[in-house]
Amino acid sequence: MTAYLRPRDLDEALAARAAHPDWMVLAGATDLMVNANHRAAPTGILDLWRLAPICFVRAADGEIAIGAGATWLEVERDAAVCTHLAPLAAAAREIGALQIQARATLGGNVGTSSPVGDSLPVLLALDAELEVASVRGRRRVPYREWCTGYRTTRLAADELIVAAHLPLPGPTTRTVWRKVGTRRAQSISKVMGAAAITLDGDVVIDARVALGAIADRPVRIAAVEAAVRGQRLADAAHAARAAVGPAIQPIDDVRSTASYRREVAENLVARFFHGMMQRADR
Amino acid sequence: MKLAFEVNGERRTVETSPWKRLLDVLREDLRLTGTKEGCGEGECGACTVELDGEVVNSCLVAAGQCDGRRIVTVEGLARGGVLHAVQRQLVACGGAQCGICTPGIAVCAAHVVDRGLIAGCDDATARAKIRDLLAGNICRCTGYQLIVDAVIAAAREVAPGTEGAR
Ligand SMILES: Cc1cc2nc3c(=O)[nH]c(=O)nc-3n(C[C@H](O)[C@H](O)[C@H](O)COP(=O)(O)OP(=O)(O)OC[C@H]3O[C@@H](n4cnc5c(N)ncnc54)[C@H](O)[C@@H]3O)c2cc1C
Ligand code: FES
Ligand code: FES
Repeated sequence: MTAYLRPRDLDEALAARAAHPDWMVLAGATDLMVNANHRAAPTGILDLWRLAPICFVRAADGEIAIGAGATWLEVERDAAVCTHLAPLAAAAREIGALQIQARATLGGNVGTSSPVGDSLPVLLALDAELEVASVRGRRRVPYREWCTGYRTTRLAADELIVAAHLPLPGPTTRTVWRKVGTRRAQSISKVMGAAAITLDGDVVIDARVALGAIADRPVRIAAVEAAVRGQRLADAAHAARAAVGPAIQPIDDVRSTASYRREVAENLVARFFHGMMQRADR
Repeated sequence: MKLAFEVNGERRTVETSPWKRLLDVLREDLRLTGTKEGCGEGECGACTVELDGEVVNSCLVAAGQCDGRRIVTVEGLARGGVLHAVQRQLVACGGAQCGICTPGIAVCAAHVVDRGLIAGCDDATARAKIRDLLAGNICRCTGYQLIVDAVIAAAREVAPGTEGAR
């Protein structure tokens, strides 16, 4: 018989996590309950759904903090996120469809850590930090160090994800997110990515460019970031396109071929800079 | 575990595994078979119900998570024997054919109409929004156009933001 606990607060959740490392940590269940009727029941369920201390979206001190338990619907409806973190709002709107967005959480996307997790390149491009906690205390992990391989992360067996902290982009930094899939709703990305590009006029001072679905985990593309630094936007688009191909190793699978993914990734990255060009003109 | 929750305005209790899908609790334990299973993977929306006022796929909700919560299924849309505007219009507009998707469409569309999610939109915007909001409800029969027509007609009938016209 499956044990079930819905903790009242974070301390109770962390104590249960430490006492029962074999229990399933369940949030919106949109990853864990797929085909649940054909899967073995877990020993126990630690239910974080609507756990108040991790369900928030909060703007403060030059950052927006998003609780692990916040749903994508709550993220995309938050005015501060829409204004300051447009790529995250855009990613949230394209995760599944309404019924999925109403349940799927940030903590779940980060916890599953799939290479096609749509919010993950955004966390990379916006240089997010994750806050995790256990009975041993709290710590922060820069998101760029979070993923250790295919669906593996730095989360310890007694830890829970509490929040993601996203610094607000500066006034000269433009941000963008784009997903390519078979249709807009309910589709797993073939390639998707995000960028944060800091400009001086139309010259790229600095760029963080991250892609998903082209490796075993979401990745920053250092070769592209180096290639565009100091370039004018029009040249940066070409440089980015040339740099991305050799830097990624997309796979062939049921959804796409590697060569298709490579071409889409090149177009996507070039378009990040082209798109900025039109916006810089305005 | 003993699950106690509100279903269509009534308090219900069920002895169940916390891992059982809400979909199965509704269909098997409560015999509310209006809610359908299409895929069991969150893709098709046939199992759509409202959970605490948001639409969710009941195949992806664990029974334990429903304790103390409020559920509305397709059986809860009609009031006093009068169908919800969305249900009447699905019939009138031909928005239901084989019917497997229809309960999920009805729950999602009633949510869209009752919450006023397309209130104040011009016709073209409303139609685009309906397609977006109902993108998680797959229909293999109607081609969607007649469903969109039905939601538009229902929204005209129901004053936005009210329980209205049931
Ligand atoms: C039909 C469908 C469409 C989808 N479309 C998309 C899509 O377009 N893009 C996309 O990125 N994803 C998509 N997904 C996947 C899924 O919805 C997301 O990954 C979602 O964010 C998972 O969140 P959840 O709360 O439902 O996670 P759950 O299933 O509850 O949990 C997922 C994992 O995270 C862990 N976890 C959750 N919260 C915490 C926490 N606080 N601390 C530690 N661990 C935690 C769990 O233990 C588990 O390992 C889709 C899923 C379905 C079924
Ligand atoms: S049966 Fe639940 S979404 Fe298809
Ligand atoms: S009416 Fe047959 S699937 Fe929609």
